[in-house]
Amino acid sequence: MSSNRHVVIIGNGIAGITCARQLRKLDEQVRITVISGESKYFFSRTALMYIFMGHMKFEHTQPYENWFWEKNRIELKEAWVKSIDFSAKNLLFQSGEKLAYDELVIATGSKPNMFGWPGEDLQGVQGLYSKQDLELMEENTKSGVQRAVIVGGGLIGIEMAEMLAYKNIPVTFLVREAGFWDNILPKEESELVSRHMREHHIDLRLNEELAEIISGPNARVRAIRTKSGEEIPCQFVGLTAGVTPSIDFLRNTELEVNRGVKVDFGFQTNIPHVFSIGDCAEFHEAPAADRKPVEQVWYTGRMHGETLGYILAGEKVTYQPGVWFNSAKFLDIEYQTYGTVPAKWDAESFQSFFWEHGGGKVAFRLLMDLEGKIVGVNNFGFRLRHEFFDQAIRGKWTGTKVISKLDKANFDPEFFEPYYIEIQKAFKSQFGGDVTVSKKTFIQKLFGASV
Amino acid sequence: MKVIQRLGIGLFLIGLTIFTIMPFLGNYKLNEELVLANTKDIHQVKMAEILTPMYGKTYSSNFSFISSFKDNFNAYNDALKGESKWDEVIWDDYSFPLAQASVNSPVRDNPWLFMGLSIGLAVLGGLMYNLPKHKDEPAGVKNNGIFHSSMKNRGWMGMITGAYLILFYVILYWFPAYIVNQVWMVSPLSMILSGNPASQWFLYGTIYTLAIIVMGVRMFRKYRGNKYQQLRTASVMFFQTAFAFLIPEILVLLNQPYFDFKNIWPLDYDFFYDYQIDTFLSAGGVGMFMLIWGILLIIIAVPLFTYFYGKRWYCSWVCGCGGLAETVGDPYRQLSDKSLKAWKYERVIVHSVLVLAVVMTGLTIANYFSGFALLGNVTNQLHSFYGFAIGSAFAGVIGTGFYPFMGNRVWCRFGCPLAAYLGLVQRFKSRFRITTNGGQCISCGNCSTHCEMGIDVRWYAQRGQEIVRASCVGCGVCSSVCPRGVLKLENGSTEKRINEMPIIIGNDSIKINA
Repeated sequence: MSSNRHVVIIGNGIAGITCARQLRKLDEQVRITVISGESKYFFSRTALMYIFMGHMKFEHTQPYENWFWEKNRIELKEAWVKSIDFSAKNLLFQSGEKLAYDELVIATGSKPNMFGWPGEDLQGVQGLYSKQDLELMEENTKSGVQRAVIVGGGLIGIEMAEMLAYKNIPVTFLVREAGFWDNILPKEESELVSRHMREHHIDLRLNEELAEIISGPNARVRAIRTKSGEEIPCQFVGLTAGVTPSIDFLRNTELEVNRGVKVDFGFQTNIPHVFSIGDCAEFHEAPAADRKPVEQVWYTGRMHGETLGYILAGEKVTYQPGVWFNSAKFLDIEYQTYGTVPAKWDAESFQSFFWEHGGGKVAFRLLMDLEGKIVGVNNFGFRLRHEFFDQAIRGKWTGTKVISKLDKANFDPEFFEPYYIEIQKAFKSQFGGDVTVSKKTFIQKLFGASV
Repeated sequence: MKVIQRLGIGLFLIGLTIFTIMPFLGNYKLNEELVLANTKDIHQVKMAEILTPMYGKTYSSNFSFISSFKDNFNAYNDALKGESKWDEVIWDDYSFPLAQASVNSPVRDNPWLFMGLSIGLAVLGGLMYNLPKHKDEPAGVKNNGIFHSSMKNRGWMGMITGAYLILFYVILYWFPAYIVNQVWMVSPLSMILSGNPASQWFLYGTIYTLAIIVMGVRMFRKYRGNKYQQLRTASVMFFQTAFAFLIPEILVLLNQPYFDFKNIWPLDYDFFYDYQIDTFLSAGGVGMFMLIWGILLIIIAVPLFTYFYGKRWYCSWVCGCGGLAETVGDPYRQLSDKSLKAWKYERVIVHSVLVLAVVMTGLTIANYFSGFALLGNVTNQLHSFYGFAIGSAFAGVIGTGFYPFMGNRVWCRFGCPLAAYLGLVQRFKSRFRITTNGGQCISCGNCSTHCEMGIDVRWYAQRGQEIVRASCVGCGVCSSVCPRGVLKLENGSTEKRINEMPIIIGNDSIKINA
């Protein structure tokens, strides 16, 4: 491999940046350029909400100090790419400048889904994905918003609701499905989140869809109308019905695209020396039974970037994700998941154990196959150890073994209520078997820990 | 609730105002008896003579009184200095005791009333503001609006607060003669506790302890539902109130040496000073116990507890400086500098202070046992330099006065020699670490932003590495504010505690292990 080749990465999100860093670690010589029109320096997209709420400033969301890039000889180019000449291996920027590459990585991420709703282009109507979206949202909510409507029941929607609550803006939340995020969460978990949203005074409307956004003077949103015919006056509308790969500038070129840029498990597109990773990449087939061809999660973006960094450095590897995991936070309730827990399962092939704390904010689900072996877990309101479940799911531990060792899996801070003891008791009474129930430690007894 | 909170702020500000105008109350009259009663035997005659021009005059303010005192006193000293008669120069500063003795003021006449109107109202107002906090909200992270706040993000309110604190410390350490009214105000309380009139240090201790209690209540509200935060807050409140404030005073009441059983050398930098050693040795069994206790803390408790629990056992559960930082300073924790450069400065400065403290103490002890043959009075000058530069300027003025500018742990991070000692143990021989939860980090930066010690926690968390840092005081806030349950303070096996090349769980594409 030529040592003075030029690798150009379009997009400085977690995928692109991880790829650049890995490649630099493995190859001292290669010239690396990362392009972004959104922001010169890499920042954590997941933290945008915290800037809005005053928990952090924008600079705090930048995981590396500004000198880091020069020190690691990763060139940063702040610009938008207009088009790519794949045969000449040349990028054309909107400014008219050009940049030649030897190897190209497309890591342009996502953009909010817009389903052609009437009025979706009105002022005060927006999605939330980029730094510019955040700035727009700050502008849109500066004054005069008596009510906001959020459309689409996913993670960005609930983040947006939390952000609006910071500004004391009442929120009506339209969710098309019968439960919040119920294409991912089983019924009980979805209900737990819904309850908590209502505790935060969010007006959650399930089974409700947006029909149109109604304009007031100056092409500004005045109200929305739901499919059931209700008109809800509002001055802000958040459209958060998922995201889609941001590859408009690549459509109708010789690059093969579908929803995203089509790639194999080496992130190779149909054009040699052109790769794609992160949210905007679409595998020819899903990387595993419980995964989708387009993976739009922080963690998968990081793994794509990590893997491609190795590939570009000449290592013979392909993308092989391990045990699935994910996390989120619903207002005050943290959520983690390890392995596979779908929203619905066939009771003939799986057995489920579900425990919920009396307070209704802490819950645990263990999904097992018919032999009682762990398939996955969901946990809400308390923390579990990734390493533990990675090992348990890989090793196909029985539910009994997992539950018996649950004290080792606990990742809550010291002195917190030992929920795992209650979970062990509940599992034992439901499934019987040889379950070990942990004893309270001396400290837990001393401070009167109770669940 | 909002009404009660507003009223609380109002009362606090009234209390603070009354406290602030107190130095301007009353007049000052000096006579010979007061001079004789408040100067050392060897200076009595001379001082009485020097200050003769002041007798019988009424000074309407502390400024005119202190200025007149200095004119007379300096005229005498400067003449001697000019003639190089160093032995005859009076080095003691009598401005504080003489101002205190000379003042006639409503505060001196009605100390309880003024205490109620100043400290009392401020405490009441503070509690009225803090107790209803977050009342109608579910438990959770309460960091809303921090960087939009003028107080917490170096706005004008923060600037004024910092300036006020700095001014307070400068007066307290170097110009206490200006605050004799406030000292009179707390004197009755001091009489009850120790049987002695108050000094400015008693005034300071009283305010310090009450501030920790009032702001500790704020911590209870802010971290509702977080037992780790609540317990450690209760712990620092207890140790400050009992060990730092009440027990030493009660010891004095019982004719024992004043002693803070939780203060450890080299933070307690005068522990081995000759006058301290003399005090211990002349106080019989109790004094001997104190001496041995203090030494055991240094050589046994610090390494042992830090091995098992990390330096947090002291810094964020016991220590008085830590107690103030974790309660009064908590609103400013996010202002610490997280840059790599700041970390470099931190290591150089804090370890230099440790070396300085050790060298100074070593010389002091050697000098003591050689019957002052080794260095004579040179150690005294070393002591006054250290006391001025480190004990007062660094720990007090910068340490607390800079809360609103550089965060709440400036002293602990850059200056405290005990923190440096604890940190060396924590870094090289301890079971404590902050565990990163596999691959769950989303690099959001909440952990780093709210780390009071300026540790870039995210740097470690996002690469799946356990956090082992000398400076970590184990406050647990990184873990509290993490939205994805990634961080956990743990004591565990020392094997593989420091892993420089971690592999993030979840990606099987890469199989190498460094």
